[in-house]
Amino acid sequence: MSLKGVAAAVGLGELAPTRYTGEASILDLLSEVATEAIEDAGFVKSDIDGLVVHPIGGIPGFVPATVAEYLGLQPTFAELVDLGGATGAGMVWRAAAAIQAGMCTSCLCLTGTRRRGPFTASSGKPAKSNDPSGRARARSITPKRDRSPQAEFDMPYGMLGANVGYAMLATRYTHEYGLTDTQRAKVAVDQRKNANANPQAIFHDQPLTTEDVLASEIICEPLHMLEIVMPSAGAAAVLVTSADRARDAKRPPAWLLGAGESVTHSSFAQAPALDATGVGIAARSAFGQAGIKPSDVGLASLYDCYTIMVLLTLEEAGFCPRGEAGAFVESHDLTYAGNFPVNTHGGQLSFGQPGMAGGMSHVTEAIRQIQGRGGARQVPNLELAYAHGNGGIIAEQAGLVFGVER
Amino acid sequence: MSARLIPAPTELTQPYWDAAGRGELVMQFCPSCNQSTFPPRAHCPDCGSSELEWQAVSGRGTIYSYTIAHRPAHPVFADQCPMAIAVVELEEGPRLFSNIVGVELENVTVGMPVQVAFESIDDSDVVLPVFSPA
Repeated sequence: MSLKGVAAAVGLGELAPTRYTGEASILDLLSEVATEAIEDAGFVKSDIDGLVVHPIGGIPGFVPATVAEYLGLQPTFAELVDLGGATGAGMVWRAAAAIQAGMCTSCLCLTGTRRRGPFTASSGKPAKSNDPSGRARARSITPKRDRSPQAEFDMPYGMLGANVGYAMLATRYTHEYGLTDTQRAKVAVDQRKNANANPQAIFHDQPLTTEDVLASEIICEPLHMLEIVMPSAGAAAVLVTSADRARDAKRPPAWLLGAGESVTHSSFAQAPALDATGVGIAARSAFGQAGIKPSDVGLASLYDCYTIMVLLTLEEAGFCPRGEAGAFVESHDLTYAGNFPVNTHGGQLSFGQPGMAGGMSHVTEAIRQIQGRGGARQVPNLELAYAHGNGGIIAEQAGLVFGVER
Repeated sequence: MSARLIPAPTELTQPYWDAAGRGELVMQFCPSCNQSTFPPRAHCPDCGSSELEWQAVSGRGTIYSYTIAHRPAHPVFADQCPMAIAVVELEEGPRLFSNIVGVELENVTVGMPVQVAFESIDDSDVVLPVFSPA
């Protein structure tokens, strides 16, 4: 049993990422993209009987019910997905599975995040005290509310957020296989060329060179500022419907041909070896369900919180031999016009990372390209696309194969 | 040691921090699986046994990976950057996050043999296991 051909993505709603959202609530953002996705498919709201959402800051519980009521929906399938950057991809196969199980027919997958202003750490304010020298000095503080093992055993060492973990991933990869700063920078530079052809991308108007990347500040060795996504605000919706209803849509369906998922750890200290990550598990499952090889795919839409993640995914998903990701990106043009298109929307590095909608952007771009509406960045003659989501520090993985034909 | 985010032990994890206070690194050991486990938990993640025993470990290991953090991930670390944050793989198997101290930052490498050391966190009673070159 597989999900092949059970369902298709027929509608998209997506806001161009912005640095901040102003006063719009997250429910307003989700409502906007939900409406857009329904109209995009040529459906009406009464067609929608499935809803998938993710945890939302400020809404402590009952999230599906809260969103459903706000949107005026009464779904017969309501799901909460909490897989970090893999959430978007994880939502889409769950929608298809619910359709296959007869729990719903047309399911909205909604992602989004708002940002009112510059990010501050969870403490809200720096912990400072005045020491006798008159210089402000950091004071130890106990994290509030977080009772995870990571809060107790990782955070005391400065292991918070994602920069530290992905820097360590890059360090380890470089140790095992060899990787240069220039090879990593190539990912950011090629993706920026894609963003330059995508008016929705947050860095649409800004060119980027290898020199720019390598001259940017080193945040956590070996990663430079311009190898790291910029948090932004936005929202994205995907409307998934049954094979029968897909034929009623006003746009060509993007058929879901295969899906895979894997969760291997939470703390990076407990991550599997580089040749045994969940990336490979999820990707092999997705390609296996679809009955295709990675080399059959004409677009790889790969989660790119950091340059290193694209490189690791390329080889773990089977697009290039193990240990050769650096050489592979050097010898391939990753742009929409190139010989191996990757992240044609710019990737989150250049499109922006609006929370869970950032992970969903890899899914929406694969669907958009399969539907043949990539505009200036359309990959010609595209028949199969792979979208990959990655959450935590390579902890949560979900892969999807989309095709023009069922 | 400089300021940190202070761990908040639970009844289950208190023995780990008590041992650190005595200058000992301890891990839970599962007699039926004959292996150490970390972080602490109520049941062995392999066999499910609840008969886990706290045991002192060697404190010797190697650096699995590391980064030199130039920007703090939390304001509490602001005056300590650049700092070496690492995953250490112990001889007994478990991997844990730590800081590498007592070494020039440019000399930290993957695979470097390290030995546990203990430092008190400012403004707290907690002693934190850290690692130095062996």
